[in-house]
Amino acid sequence: MFWNLPYISVVLLTLIGISIIILKKNLIKIFMGVNILTSAVNLFIIAVGYRDGGIAPIYTNAPSTNMVLPTPQALCLTSIVIGVATTALLLTFAMLLYRTYGTTDVDKIRELRE
Amino acid sequence: MRMSKIVRTGSDLMYPFIFIFGWYVIMHGHLTPGGGFQGGAVVATGAALVIVAYSYQEVNAMIKKAILMFQESGGLVLFIGAGLAGMILGFPFFYNWLANSGSLFGMSVIPGPNPGELNTAGFLPLMNIAVGTEVWGGLTIVILYMLSGVEKEGI
Amino acid sequence: MKKYLAVIVILIITSFMFIIGIDFVFGAPANSDMDDYFIEHGQEQIATNNIVTTVVFDYRGFDTLGESTVLFTAVIGVAMMFRKLGEGD
Repeated sequence: MFWNLPYISVVLLTLIGISIIILKKNLIKIFMGVNILTSAVNLFIIAVGYRDGGIAPIYTNAPSTNMVLPTPQALCLTSIVIGVATTALLLTFAMLLYRTYGTTDVDKIRELRE
Repeated sequence: MRMSKIVRTGSDLMYPFIFIFGWYVIMHGHLTPGGGFQGGAVVATGAALVIVAYSYQEVNAMIKKAILMFQESGGLVLFIGAGLAGMILGFPFFYNWLANSGSLFGMSVIPGPNPGELNTAGFLPLMNIAVGTEVWGGLTIVILYMLSGVEKEGI
Repeated sequence: MKKYLAVIVILIITSFMFIIGIDFVFGAPANSDMDDYFIEHGQEQIATNNIVTTVVFDYRGFDTLGESTVLFTAVIGVAMMFRKLGEGD
């Protein structure tokens, strides 16, 4: 099973992220789960673009020219920055919900609304 | 609540080095690992260190949020403007009109592994500077606004 | 009861992911023509050593334009949200 360690890590991280999103009731923990799920997707994209024995695609003092694919890394960079931006926005929503309802429990917020 | 004098002096000493390292990462984005986003995040980390060491109120008195907002908008405008400047000269939008031109950042590189030359890559350093400025201002202003939200609870 | 249902759904998702991917082989991408083109021609076309920066800012510059706009919009949203409370200045 160890020949496929990146995929197992991806599956475990996805499992942890989805479990947190489904089972936890606290908004902050749900956002942590979203971030863990994002990390799983990023890890999967990076691992798909890996080439055996490859180096980072940078020519400055490169020891060889066998390089990994640059496009997945570029798209992961985009994904990470957008993840930071959306996390800031989500945490702002959580703070406003706490200010309004006095709790971050999603069930209690749903009860209070009706 | 401001922290002790040791922490404040330490943050004062550390901030220039973090700032310079962040701008090194930004300026060498086309030669070494890094770039605008990463370097901007590093510089914003220095600002976060200062905000942690001093209190929110003191930092809020030091710098206006409007300046940071102006800086962030200026980064985005510079980013789009560098893409639009090629259209004036007759190139398509986002065409790299400075690469291999011999002017600013316009030197060619030897194909294959080489030691690296800062004066290359066309408008990519301009893009890195623009994005670095935007990320620096954006992350700092997010931290400041979030702290302004929890200010009432005694932090 | 609802919790057990959630656990069962999670187990189904996990086993599905394991089954479809257990013979997934990393290290040899199948279609890498585009990336090989970037690696070979990036230095002469853009004059950059860092191919990732080349892809981010030049070959896929529109992605980065949208990314910067998303970051800007998120920061504006955070600022608006706290300014609405009357606590920002």
